[in-house]
Amino acid sequence: MILVYIETRKGKVKKSSLEALSEARRQADGLKIDVQAVLAGTGLEGITADVFACGAAKVHILDSPALDAYSAQAQALALEALVREHKPAAVFFSATSLGKDLAPRLAARLGVSLASDCIRLAVKEGRLEYTRPIYAGKALLSFRLKSSPQLASLRPNIFPLFDSGKRSGEVVKKKVALDQDLIKGKVVELLGEKASALDVTEAEVIFSGGRGLKGPENFGLLRELSDVVPRSAVGASRSAVDSGWIDHHHQVGQTGKTVSPNIYFAFGISGAIQHLAGMSSSKVIVAVNKDPEAPIFKAANYGIVADLFQVIPPLKEELKKLLAD
Amino acid sequence: MNIFVFVKRVPDTESKIRVDQAQKKIVEEGLNFILNPYDEFALEEALRLREAKGGKVTAFCVGPEECLTVLRKCLAMGVDEAVLLKDASPESYDGLRTARILAKALQTKYTGADLLLFGKQAMGADNSQVPAMTAELLGLPQANVVVKLQVEGNRGTAIREVEGGEEKVEFSLPAVVSAQKGLNEPRYETLRGIMAAKKVHIPVLPVEELGLGAGELGVGLEVTAMDLPPARKAGRVLAGTAEEAARELVHLLRSEAKVI
Ligand SMILES: Cc1cc2nc3c(=O)[nH]c(=O)nc-3n(C[C@H](O)[C@H](O)[C@H](O)COP(=O)(O)OP(=O)(O)OC[C@H]3O[C@@H](n4cnc5c(N)ncnc54)[C@H](O)[C@@H]3O)c2cc1C
Ligand SMILES: Nc1ncnc2c1ncn2[C@@H]1O[C@H](COP(=O)(O)O)[C@@H](O)[C@H]1O
Repeated sequence: MILVYIETRKGKVKKSSLEALSEARRQADGLKIDVQAVLAGTGLEGITADVFACGAAKVHILDSPALDAYSAQAQALALEALVREHKPAAVFFSATSLGKDLAPRLAARLGVSLASDCIRLAVKEGRLEYTRPIYAGKALLSFRLKSSPQLASLRPNIFPLFDSGKRSGEVVKKKVALDQDLIKGKVVELLGEKASALDVTEAEVIFSGGRGLKGPENFGLLRELSDVVPRSAVGASRSAVDSGWIDHHHQVGQTGKTVSPNIYFAFGISGAIQHLAGMSSSKVIVAVNKDPEAPIFKAANYGIVADLFQVIPPLKEELKKLLAD
Repeated sequence: MNIFVFVKRVPDTESKIRVDQAQKKIVEEGLNFILNPYDEFALEEALRLREAKGGKVTAFCVGPEECLTVLRKCLAMGVDEAVLLKDASPESYDGLRTARILAKALQTKYTGADLLLFGKQAMGADNSQVPAMTAELLGLPQANVVVKLQVEGNRGTAIREVEGGEEKVEFSLPAVVSAQKGLNEPRYETLRGIMAAKKVHIPVLPVEELGLGAGELGVGLEVTAMDLPPARKAGRVLAGTAEEAARELVHLLRSEAKVI
């Protein structure tokens, strides 16, 4: 069995968890085993439909109020018990903020190594093989894990969703009692006006701006584009962030976020190696830059050599027209 | 406060990475190595806490002899002591192995830390594993990807970055905290610091002498391939006026790339 950890936020299942689940389901076929999912917290019974749709044969709910507010220690303890009971061949996470926080914690608890932030999985000679970018995407490392269970986290926005055709199935709810003395830290509050906006790592389309945007007010132009396109977000280069034009949350690149949207728009971004490190796994890259020699054009699928201020208004109108149909 | 900072020596971000496919490794010759940039935020935070509350800062690095240069940089920035946990084996990309070495060193030889500061990620391996793994092995709470840290008595509060927002984490000390850009603005070494750092003795402790079992020093990954990423297909520059190019672009995104 491959066990997949399903993250929830505000009573909804996260899409990136469903992607990890879907990929688990595809790999499990090659291994001739099944896939089960685990959710942690209370009041989650009603949100399992998508989990079954993406291939779970069974859903486990670790039911405890101590798992409602996120604590890596508490989650790792509860998951360890489930893993010891059911002995999955592998446990998958999505490489989200939570996944990156929890997966290594559980790995150390189980005494196994971890494949983080994988972008490709395969079954070779009956064993899982993991591929992940290293050196900010300048090389790809493929490897197997020697230990059992295998622990991996999967990069969001890479793996397509699976459709099992099912919407329901067996849900096993388990009350968990946790030793409170072992839990020495937890999340007490979710902050920020951005809590409602889509993060760049989750967005399917990113409108990113660099120094070519000239000032903070012009990020408004990118927000207007983002308003037109569903599941999109605004990104930025480090120069724009360092100039104080936009919050660091939006920074894409080696010291920012790694993104792989369907479309990455780079407006007035030169394409420095540290920026490319964060977005070169995007499916389609569009560059708008007035300098035809800008290195971003080497990475771009489509380029427009022009003043970005001339391109954004007609682009917005064209996108509106297209999406209205 | 007794603060430990963990630093790694990594190739600088401008480096052109060459791959030896036959040996399944990257070519290290000719690379310029630096102190991992995220670890500078961890160092700076440690120094500021010491300045505010008193105490001592010790930097630890696991790696080969060459890591002494990054430890000297830590000394030049102002840490009180630096320790090399000498490990001659090549980059393993296995966070658990490093975490086990650190945890063992902290359980046996270097006890009594109030705060363990890490970078959120070592550039190169790009794992984001060692802080949480070390925390778990030592039974400590963790706050990763932290942009704001406050310590009061034996309690800490951290703001950590998550998708679309921030989380406030509360924990007891000792604890593991990993630094994200934005936590602070790291200081530069001073000439005086650099000169003084040259004279400091850096203890070197071979990891084989920590008392770890052979299994614990083993690598949990079996590398099957090291490749360069597939080259992106040559792109297309769209001609015409800005309006024409924008129209053509949207058309191609739907009909050719099929992404919208
Ligand atoms: C350790 C380290 C980590 C780093 N991490 C990151 C990171 O995470 N992310 C990141 O982005 N950078 C990072 N950098 C910085 C990186 O090296 C570049 O400095 C940065 O990406 C440049 O940002 P930019 O493209 O916005 O600015 P510039 O390089 O100044 O480019 C601006 C571009 O805008 C174009 N332009 C100007 N006006 C217009 C106009 N009207 N219309 C169209 N085009 C216009 C120009 O032709 C130019 O190409 C890092 C650097 C280091 C050393
Ligand atoms: N070899 C090492 N020696 C000391 N600290 C390390 C080492 N490797 C990783 N770390 C610490 O762990 C952090 C995260 O590394 P990683 O999990 O490899 O991405 C780094 O920023 C360092 O603070």
